[in-house]
Amino acid sequence: MSSTMKLIQVLRAAGTAAVCAAVLSGCERPPIEVVQTGYRGTAMQQIYNPRQLATQVAVNTAPVALEAASDDGPRAKDVYQNVKVLGNLSVGAFTRHMLSITQWVSPEAGCTYCHNAQNFADDGKYTKVVARRMIQMTQNVNGNWQSHVGKTGVTCYTCHRGNPVPAQYWYAPTPSKYTGGSLADKSGQNQPMKTVGYSSLPYDPFTPYLLNNQQILVNGNNALAMTGDKANRSSVKQAEHTYGLMMHMSSSLGVNCTYCHNTENWQSWARPQRGKAHYGIQMARQTNTEYMVSLTDVFPANRKGPEGDVAKVNCATCHQGAYKPLYGAQMAKDYPELLSLAPVAMTGMLPAPVAETMRSVLYFDVASPLLKADQQAGLAQVIASLAAAPASKAIISGYYSASGTLEQNQDLAKQRAAMVRDALVAGGIDANRAVLEKPQAVEADVAGEDAKARRVEVTVK
Amino acid sequence: MAEYQNLFTDVQPVGPVHDGIALPRGDWKRSGKPFLVHLFGRLGNAQVGPVYLGGLGVASICFGALAFNIMGMNMLASVDWNLLQFVRQLFWLALEPPAPAFGLNIAPLAQGGWWNIAGLFLTISLILWWVRTYRRARQLGLGTHVAWAFAAAIWLYLVCGFFRPVLMGSWSESVPFGIFPHLDWTAAISLRYGNLFYNPFHALSIVFLYGSVLLFAMHGATILAVGRYGGEREIEQIIDRGTASERAGLFWRWTMGFNATMESVHRWAWWFAVLCPLVGGVGILLTGTVVDNWYLWSVKHHVVPGYPAILPVGIDPTLLIGAKP
Repeated sequence: MSSTMKLIQVLRAAGTAAVCAAVLSGCERPPIEVVQTGYRGTAMQQIYNPRQLATQVAVNTAPVALEAASDDGPRAKDVYQNVKVLGNLSVGAFTRHMLSITQWVSPEAGCTYCHNAQNFADDGKYTKVVARRMIQMTQNVNGNWQSHVGKTGVTCYTCHRGNPVPAQYWYAPTPSKYTGGSLADKSGQNQPMKTVGYSSLPYDPFTPYLLNNQQILVNGNNALAMTGDKANRSSVKQAEHTYGLMMHMSSSLGVNCTYCHNTENWQSWARPQRGKAHYGIQMARQTNTEYMVSLTDVFPANRKGPEGDVAKVNCATCHQGAYKPLYGAQMAKDYPELLSLAPVAMTGMLPAPVAETMRSVLYFDVASPLLKADQQAGLAQVIASLAAAPASKAIISGYYSASGTLEQNQDLAKQRAAMVRDALVAGGIDANRAVLEKPQAVEADVAGEDAKARRVEVTVK
Repeated sequence: MAEYQNLFTDVQPVGPVHDGIALPRGDWKRSGKPFLVHLFGRLGNAQVGPVYLGGLGVASICFGALAFNIMGMNMLASVDWNLLQFVRQLFWLALEPPAPAFGLNIAPLAQGGWWNIAGLFLTISLILWWVRTYRRARQLGLGTHVAWAFAAAIWLYLVCGFFRPVLMGSWSESVPFGIFPHLDWTAAISLRYGNLFYNPFHALSIVFLYGSVLLFAMHGATILAVGRYGGEREIEQIIDRGTASERAGLFWRWTMGFNATMESVHRWAWWFAVLCPLVGGVGILLTGTVVDNWYLWSVKHHVVPGYPAILPVGIDPTLLIGAKP
């Protein structure tokens, strides 16, 4: 064999080795751990790389809680000025909470990240206004979204992890420069983006699903294509958008599809995790619409996205690669003040009652069946109309919001309707003329906790 | 002679280049002076050209080039005419069909109108090329097997891009022109219609696809293996079975009790290849038009078993703590 032939053979071998190395460089080395979660042979399993998991566990560890403070002594709101949230805490507990927030959110900048050092009551720094709203947000998540966060709950640390701005958030994407011309733009997809795992799926699944309330579900429950009302009109393009959101959820939680889905039968709810995720999406949407977007004017321009929108949350904001944030560490239980929306915070936030001659709408506090005095005032005209027409009846329907459990909500709606009936009776209307209707859910697409959803409507007929 | 048994072509016989048989009157002239390329000879025949272009060929290439350029220019526009980004993102870029809101109407150019035009031109190009393969085969006195195999592929293309979208009443159901985007479409249509793996026509299509691969491997290997006995002269062996055919047949009868013949193995291969897009197209055509959820359909008709839930449903995941569920 000539030396040229030998050289060619050596080059061939070297080339083959180089190609193999290049192909394998994208892979993770074995061993990989597999946890079976379903019937054998159906590929219902979770896959873990123990080496990646080790790093993940290290960065997802909760800090030790500060020692609990005594509840004795004067209240913070009576001692300090301008305390709008957490004012019912004792001064000790309040101080402990402030120290914890510093540790969770701005360990380097300290108190002055939010506070004016000369006057702690001053609202001059935007960060203080944001922090106040974020405390309410945390209380809302813990109090109203146990369907997602369970008893574990969240604290500031769940998202912040020692950063003044959480590591993961999203802005509306910048439209293409030539959008509106006669040539096609990307129509929001076909670009390697981390949000959708570098696929060519629509890369902003957040605006339609975590800010607006577009339908995510594309599968139907009929084997055959139906017509008319029963038809499933979801398009393949919608499926691509949904898929984009799912890619984000999968990477945010560090799980594969089978964590929530039975991959034979995507629309099955057999995996309880899918139910959790369902509430999580609603929770993120409400957090964005009611808490983040409401701060648009508070944030300075350098904290906003290219389109001038505020930073918003998605699944990664809390989860940060873990199937449960901080791998389910029970952090919030040490901070009971964060576990529910302080009633103080909600007062005055109810919409004014609708008071028309033939119709009245009365609003209620979260989880409360009590009809407040200012809401009760909305009944005056209806009572007058009922008194004027003795044959008429008052139809009372209680509505409930989409957050919380169904039984609780229906029960609450009944109690609220009963409170309104009692108020009518107290106003001189015969109890027989007050007809209670079945509790009604608000439009299915109203997300989570909506002040306008918690209402009782009275119609004179 | 021993070199013929190698898996790669190490020797190539080289003869005088030739133009081929004379063409009848009315046909175009073949263009180009034939020449030899050694590297091509390692893969196939060393002679390149002459090419018969013909009216159909030229028209097909023109329409194809138009379609290709429409797609390319739209992709280039979508990266703001940045050539570097065009190269970097090429695998992600696409010309997308119109949004569902347009139904079967023609959308404005920027919102899918170009997709309709590119699709039309590509279809014209493919059909012209099909006629060309048919006519060239007839001209050489061949059967039209190649043309009909090509037609099977065009059927699947038209089902995905024309017949099914028309039946569904929306161009948006169709496939984008793009490398990753058309793969994402494939995944999305499966997710939307309840998992295409439960579509029996999809299953059949996969059988024929993998079957084609298997047949190709078996046949290629068999012919190479009997190359030392002149087995590569398959056409002669069909008519005058020699020791190569005998030994090849014996080998398969020994190993699996049955063997194809020199002739029938090509029918096997042709039918497997043709049935792959043919039945696949039927499966896609039924998706969404007749069947909305293939999983439910398959369980309903006992095509597949419904697996039991092995773990109790309703575990509260909030009770689970630790790095693994």
